[in-house]
Amino acid sequence: MNSSKFFHVKRKIISAVMMSLSLVATLIAVIPLVLIFYYTISKGITYLNIDFFVAMPKPVGESGGGMANAIVGTLMLIGIGGAIGIPVGVMSGTYLSEFGNNKFGATVRFLTDVLSGIPSIVVGVVAYTLVVVPMKHFSAFAGGIALGILMIPTITRTTEEMIKLVPHSIREAGLALGIPKWKTTILIVLKTAWKGIATGILLGLSRAAGETAPLLFTALGNRFWSTNVMQPMASLTVYIYDYAKSPFEDWNNQAWTAALVLIIMISMLSLLFRIITRSKFKTK
Amino acid sequence: MDNPETQVNIENPNNKSNSLWISLKGQLKKFLSSHNIGDFIFERLTLLFAVLVFLLVILMGYEMYVGSKISIDKFGWSFLTNSVWDPVQEIYGALPIIYGTIVSSFLALVISVPLSIGIAIFLSEVSPDWLEKPLSFLVELLAGIPSVVYGLWGIFVLVPWIRTDVEPFLSEHLGFLPFFRGAPYGFGMLAAVLILAIMILPIVSSISRDILRSVPQSQREAALALGATRWQSTKIVLKDAKSGILGATMLGLGRAVGETMAVTMVIGNRAVISPSLFDPSYTMASVIANEFTEATSEMYLSALIQLALVLFVLTIIINAMAKLLVWSMERKLGTR
Amino acid sequence: MDIKISVKNLEAFYGKNKVLKNISIDIPRNKVVAIIGPSGCGKSTFLRCLNRMHEVVGGTITGSILVDGEDLTKTDPVLIRKRLGMVFQKPNPFPTMSIFNNVAAGLRFNGVRNKKILAPIVEKSLKQAALWDEVKDNLEDSGVNISGGQQQRLCIARTLAVDPEVILMDEPASALDPISTSKIEELIFELKKNYTIVIVTHNMQQAARVSDFTAFFYMGELIEYDKTTKIFTNPSNKKTEEYVTGRFG
Repeated sequence: MNSSKFFHVKRKIISAVMMSLSLVATLIAVIPLVLIFYYTISKGITYLNIDFFVAMPKPVGESGGGMANAIVGTLMLIGIGGAIGIPVGVMSGTYLSEFGNNKFGATVRFLTDVLSGIPSIVVGVVAYTLVVVPMKHFSAFAGGIALGILMIPTITRTTEEMIKLVPHSIREAGLALGIPKWKTTILIVLKTAWKGIATGILLGLSRAAGETAPLLFTALGNRFWSTNVMQPMASLTVYIYDYAKSPFEDWNNQAWTAALVLIIMISMLSLLFRIITRSKFKTK
Repeated sequence: MDNPETQVNIENPNNKSNSLWISLKGQLKKFLSSHNIGDFIFERLTLLFAVLVFLLVILMGYEMYVGSKISIDKFGWSFLTNSVWDPVQEIYGALPIIYGTIVSSFLALVISVPLSIGIAIFLSEVSPDWLEKPLSFLVELLAGIPSVVYGLWGIFVLVPWIRTDVEPFLSEHLGFLPFFRGAPYGFGMLAAVLILAIMILPIVSSISRDILRSVPQSQREAALALGATRWQSTKIVLKDAKSGILGATMLGLGRAVGETMAVTMVIGNRAVISPSLFDPSYTMASVIANEFTEATSEMYLSALIQLALVLFVLTIIINAMAKLLVWSMERKLGTR
Repeated sequence: MDIKISVKNLEAFYGKNKVLKNISIDIPRNKVVAIIGPSGCGKSTFLRCLNRMHEVVGGTITGSILVDGEDLTKTDPVLIRKRLGMVFQKPNPFPTMSIFNNVAAGLRFNGVRNKKILAPIVEKSLKQAALWDEVKDNLEDSGVNISGGQQQRLCIARTLAVDPEVILMDEPASALDPISTSKIEELIFELKKNYTIVIVTHNMQQAARVSDFTAFFYMGELIEYDKTTKIFTNPSNKKTEEYVTGRFG
């Protein structure tokens, strides 16, 4: 009896210790998050001014200047990416949910998973051989294609999941009225699911905005103002990379500011994402 | 055109003389009365895009194969086993790079996986609902930080800290081991491992959390009703979720292997095999990021594309294994 | 009457939602008490309160529950659940464990690891659960590769192995076919010789067949509690009569 009592106390203690350790692990994970945010905000804010948004980068040695071209460049690059990734993602996601209950559907589903696991730098290499090599020069278009490919798996899978969430009764109500399936899908099912799909799209766009690797040898970067998609284009991420590696303190500091602006841009996209999902649950 | 009945109007009595036309028309009529033309087009259109996704993955592999043809022809398998990477001599052996990739990813997993399982246990088994949501949100924020920002932080915060505190400490106390010898540069394998461990933490922990949650509540209740403590019931849940957590680990490995910017910025970028974690190293992704625009010769470019091909195949294998592991768990537990 | 469990002024809440209202009930030793009532009446919650499993799903209670005079609400839940075992609606064997290990699981939680001690207990429990003859040659097979009815008897054996005083059953046969159901009912009849049993059921014939006493719950309240024969033949409350004659619920 005594030994069983001892064991009982022992296992209670072990349980308490293990459960506390799981809390410790969670707190450890929060430390780097806090540190990264702290440095990005405190260092980034010192160089944050209107110039950063409206001025062009200054040559080496001159202080000041901004990254107007890179901000516009990042927006244009994710725009091109979206123009490719959104239609492909939404349409293939629709296929998977509406007609994909077969071997081919399973294969495509598997391949989107595979695609989401392929490193973005590899996608950059493919965009290079596909677009840059035949065109014989770097271009925003090539970078946009790489970003578009990277968005496809996210958008495809959310579209599929969101359409599947639409209750079957809604679909049947349409079909029972004699509305053909395609009209039911577009007018009723997609209309019901669009908020969910939009969040998937925003998620894809915000991830693309943070990509650097696939742009290094596609859109390359540009120290000048350019909105020509057939020419190299600047982006915040490539600027951060170049400026962080540079030996000039001015540039290092501007890299922090660019990082802050980038994170703010991404947060705004995910804030939008949260607002949309919230209103979705309110209407329900 | 949507309604089968309207199709009847297509019939034209003047064409009765042509028997071929009639039979064709009959077949078309039969087809249209049993299919809706709009549905037919809609299905084919969405199918087209699904096929596009399918072709894209194949095209990627094909493009890289073609792009690396001259390197594959010249080096063959020695590309993977030769340990000299010398662009000047036009000799490309990726062994030190593969070594750097494997070691950095593996060590990152060693740090990250136990922490991630701890986080998953806390979020799914311990934490009250009101705390779980904000904590999950914080961990997911970590996943939303762009890789290049991790790299920036790595260069200016993590690397100096490693150089002035961590490496001197390690060489003083554990210097008898070959892993902790050499000059404290800061930039090197250790920095890459730490930053990778932080970066894969969110994905491994959030998937593990979902995996633990997918274990039916009845399993916990069965254990608790037998007089199990919280930890004992958690052990039952972990046992059920074993292959799923292994799958999450594999996904983390896939991430670590392909992670580019942050690693490139802190690993020191030198293709050498050294047991010391203080020494610089190189990974496949960082070689490509670092040298691609400098590749002036055709052979150099081809070798880099071949490296991308190896990375492509490796991540596909890793991700496929991850998928299979998660599936096998779902089948065993009868969920989904 | 020899009282095993005495519940006084029990109220249960999920958040601010009150699901049990002022329940007082005495459960006699070595008898079967059936809890009946329409779904959502609180009968499952009541059962869970008896071994504090309501806490697992976030419930709270006020009032007192005395088992042999000891107040459960002031004892370690881990110890309580050993004394008051529970069998759930859907069979929930541990899929990663063999049949043997499933039965031994509860003992292992309590630190019994010696197989020489475990083996006879496992055998005895499986015999008590009327499963021994069907599985004795396959003890190392997985606990989920047997039929649903066998799985449920395995879960009963698992509960018996820790030697509880009371067995709480939450609609134990509702997921089973008629033949498996009758086996479980026979088993309950056998088990009450040694154990006090509280069984929640939505099947009134089952309640009439297996129980000595029946409690009728409605909207979180205990409407009537009496000998089973009385409840089913001559209930004193009108609501009870309407329910047992199938006019609602």
